[in-house]
Amino acid sequence: MSRISIPIGPQHPALKEPAAFTLLLEGEKVAAANVALGYNHRGIEKACEERSYIQDIYLIERVCGICSHSHATCFIQAVEEIAGVQIPVRASYLRTLIAELERVHSHLLWLGVAGHEIGFDTLFMYSWRDREIVMDILAQLTGNRVNYSINTIGGVRRDITALQIDDVLKAVDALEERTKYYIELATQEQTLIGRLINVGRLSLEDALRFDTTGPTARAAGVDRDVRRDDPYASYADLEFSVITDDHADVYGRTLVRVKELMESYKMIRQILKKLPDGPIVAKVPRRIPAGEALSRYEAPRGEDVHYVRANGTEKPERVKVRAPTLANLTAISHMIEGGYLADVPIVIAAIDPCFSCTDRAILLKNSGTGSESVLDWQMLHDYSIDWYRNRGLDFAGKGKV
Amino acid sequence: MEGDFPVESDITGRLAIKFPLLEGKLQITRERRIFADVPSDIFQDVIGFLKNEMGFDHICTITGLDVGEELQFIYHISDKHGIVMNLKLNVPKADPVAGTITPLFNGAVFYERELESMLGAKIKGLPDGRRYPLFDGWPEGQYPLRKDWKPEMLTEALAQKEQAKKQAEGGRS
Repeated sequence: MSRISIPIGPQHPALKEPAAFTLLLEGEKVAAANVALGYNHRGIEKACEERSYIQDIYLIERVCGICSHSHATCFIQAVEEIAGVQIPVRASYLRTLIAELERVHSHLLWLGVAGHEIGFDTLFMYSWRDREIVMDILAQLTGNRVNYSINTIGGVRRDITALQIDDVLKAVDALEERTKYYIELATQEQTLIGRLINVGRLSLEDALRFDTTGPTARAAGVDRDVRRDDPYASYADLEFSVITDDHADVYGRTLVRVKELMESYKMIRQILKKLPDGPIVAKVPRRIPAGEALSRYEAPRGEDVHYVRANGTEKPERVKVRAPTLANLTAISHMIEGGYLADVPIVIAAIDPCFSCTDRAILLKNSGTGSESVLDWQMLHDYSIDWYRNRGLDFAGKGKV
Repeated sequence: MEGDFPVESDITGRLAIKFPLLEGKLQITRERRIFADVPSDIFQDVIGFLKNEMGFDHICTITGLDVGEELQFIYHISDKHGIVMNLKLNVPKADPVAGTITPLFNGAVFYERELESMLGAKIKGLPDGRRYPLFDGWPEGQYPLRKDWKPEMLTEALAQKEQAKKQAEGGRS
């Protein structure tokens, strides 16, 4: 049979972010696959060297539109280690709370994308509707849906009230009910199982050989999780299981993620039950001393790695970021090869590559009158300019949308 | 300090016995973190020993730094107990050559390509492939993570390229 080479990407409707795959097809089967990356490179590491540590927190938070808290926390942990800062226990618990809420929103988002990629759009709509519950909670706790900016060097910027704790617990109850349904679906719905089983296979041996991470690795039986192995924040105080599976395919990756949701709910309840009183931020030296640190963090997609070297000035000497997707992409060619062309989108989606989802309109409700108003992008822009103008900063004319 | 971390001290002790050249070059910075300055002629032996004999079988990433006259590469490898060994290798900027570790760690391909693209390292034995993460038209000889690199250098090089292209087209018509 003759072979045809087809390019997919860098821009392609089946991809949610730019990456270029060159597939060599033999009929419907993929004989060889090649991945080219770098289309989203924004020079953030270099930019970090030009900015202060505080500015870098907000820059680093924008490495990823989904696991923004993961990157910010991973970076800040390294800076705090260099500065010799021990953050208050309450702050550490609050960081962990946001971390697990972020994992919940990220895994629910993934479930929807996976549903969509296999033509099961009802699952996509269900899980994205349910995801709004956790998005609202994140917005309530931090003031924002995506870039929460809860972290600061030495702790967190916002405390949680008793009323908010109630809301989080109610939300977790609702989400747990829904997740039980998804687990039932994933273990009993024959169409779903049939569509995902044996697709995008990655054996335990290969998962280790390519050094994959997160649910992609755990679904092949790799028993690795930074939260347990190299505990940070308050994970050492929490009881949870590391979910692994031996299906070693897209189905296994689905099971791991839905079951991880249940572990997250367990952890959130423990955090809120044990949450100690006390300050939420520690005193931090004015200048970060010279030094270096390596920080690891279990992001929703796997191990996030940050290395920071400080030179004693107000700006870091070097900031290195290794997001989990880079570790998993080395294995993707292997997962695609030997499979069908029609499986390519779900196999790529199954490592849960990252994309940004921040643009949206905001519904404002006046709590006094109950009246509602919808702001479109332009109105929101004008509102922000007025907000700053009233506080003595005039940004008008500095940039039009 | 060493006494506070029995597991980590045991690892540094074993390494120092196996490689006497590492004596005094190993530092435990905190629980589960060890840093080591590794002389280049024993680097491959050390990283191979750590992977094959001591269970450091996972590579977190490789960090590359411009440290003046030299480039420094830090290989962050970990074991199943969450201990991360940070192996530092310094090479002269004039001849920044390091051997590939991809036969040991298959997953390190992109990390080594990054060292080549971003810092101008030469990784001996790294299989051919597209550069990462810079784009195809990136000017030769510019390495953005070197301290003397400024964004204007890119703008200038691209403008010159554009100019040369226009001239070549003008010459033909």
